[in-house]
Amino acid sequence: MSDKPPSLWVYLSQSPLLWLTVTLLVYAIADAVSLATRRNPLANPVLHSIWIIGAFLLLTGTSYTTYFGGAQFVHFLLGPATVALAVPLYENRKVVMAAVLPMLVALAAGSVTAVVSVVWLAEIAGLPRPVVLSLAPKSVTAGVAMGISESLHADPSLTAVAVVLTGIMGAIIVTPLMNRMRITDFRARGFAVGIAAHGIGTARAFQVDAVAGAFAGIAMSLNALVTSLLVPLAVTMLVR
Amino acid sequence: MIASLSLILLCQLAGEVFVRGLKLPVPGPVVGLLLLLLLLLARDRFKVLARGPLQQDGVENASRGLLAHLSLLFVPAGVGVVQKLDLIAEHGVAIIVILAISVVVTLLVTVATFLLASRLMARGRSAP
Repeated sequence: MSDKPPSLWVYLSQSPLLWLTVTLLVYAIADAVSLATRRNPLANPVLHSIWIIGAFLLLTGTSYTTYFGGAQFVHFLLGPATVALAVPLYENRKVVMAAVLPMLVALAAGSVTAVVSVVWLAEIAGLPRPVVLSLAPKSVTAGVAMGISESLHADPSLTAVAVVLTGIMGAIIVTPLMNRMRITDFRARGFAVGIAAHGIGTARAFQVDAVAGAFAGIAMSLNALVTSLLVPLAVTMLVR
Repeated sequence: MIASLSLILLCQLAGEVFVRGLKLPVPGPVVGLLLLLLLLLARDRFKVLARGPLQQDGVENASRGLLAHLSLLFVPAGVGVVQKLDLIAEHGVAIIVILAISVVVTLLVTVATFLLASRLMARGRSAP
């Protein structure tokens, strides 16, 4: 009786149900905490969900592949959510059209800086070549960055981690940084965080201001476009 | 709701087909975004399009629902860090420092360029 195998756990730990539930539940709690702290940047729900779920996987000896079997349903929605950015863009089209020129200039400067700075710093730090290549597309949204990484024969799963880390750091730092710089133009603030920190930065921008959110969304989609063209070029020029 | 979600997926599907068909180095969902935007703009011009998910804020509400929890969607990819613990142990500090510097520099360069360009534009307009 006492050495009855824990067959329920064996069953549940292999089913998508458990891991999908864990993902949503942990995020719901992390988000509630973030809301309770009035969206303090350090209470970033993505950051806390990741380490809690990660620790849970390590403690239960569950492989990432098994976890992803359940979590893929959430991951899949990244694509539709990108399409959905058309709506804030449409609703703010007057503000956006009035700022087309500054946006294009900032897009060019920002996406070049994002790629060049990380490749250059990683080369200086002497990181191994596959790591440098995997870090290069870290400022674009996960699905796109993983595609770029694949086309460079780098490591897409490392790229995904770099993307999420970048997003979390950008989302945490943007509000204090911009406040300290006394930048009050929410179009510019949103646009910058969308370029530097893709969807996680955009989610943060929507928490702070609706116009900032719309501009972050545009910046994120434009950057996905530009970076997929830019990274192969920058890599051939910077990595020797 | 179902019709609105279908429209969003349809835009993504069309974007994916377009990109793969023409072998463009552009992500499919980004083309899907442009398609949905064009549809919304076309609906305002041509009343015949205002039906199904394109009326009464159908696709707008579905999109807002998706975007309300945008950061949740990054959690599964982020948990992938558990596969990279050996790499993190070896190069973790360097990687984090590099990403942090890069993100701050990118934020500053982008925001400064945006503000500079919009100021130059405003000046150009006031002094014709």
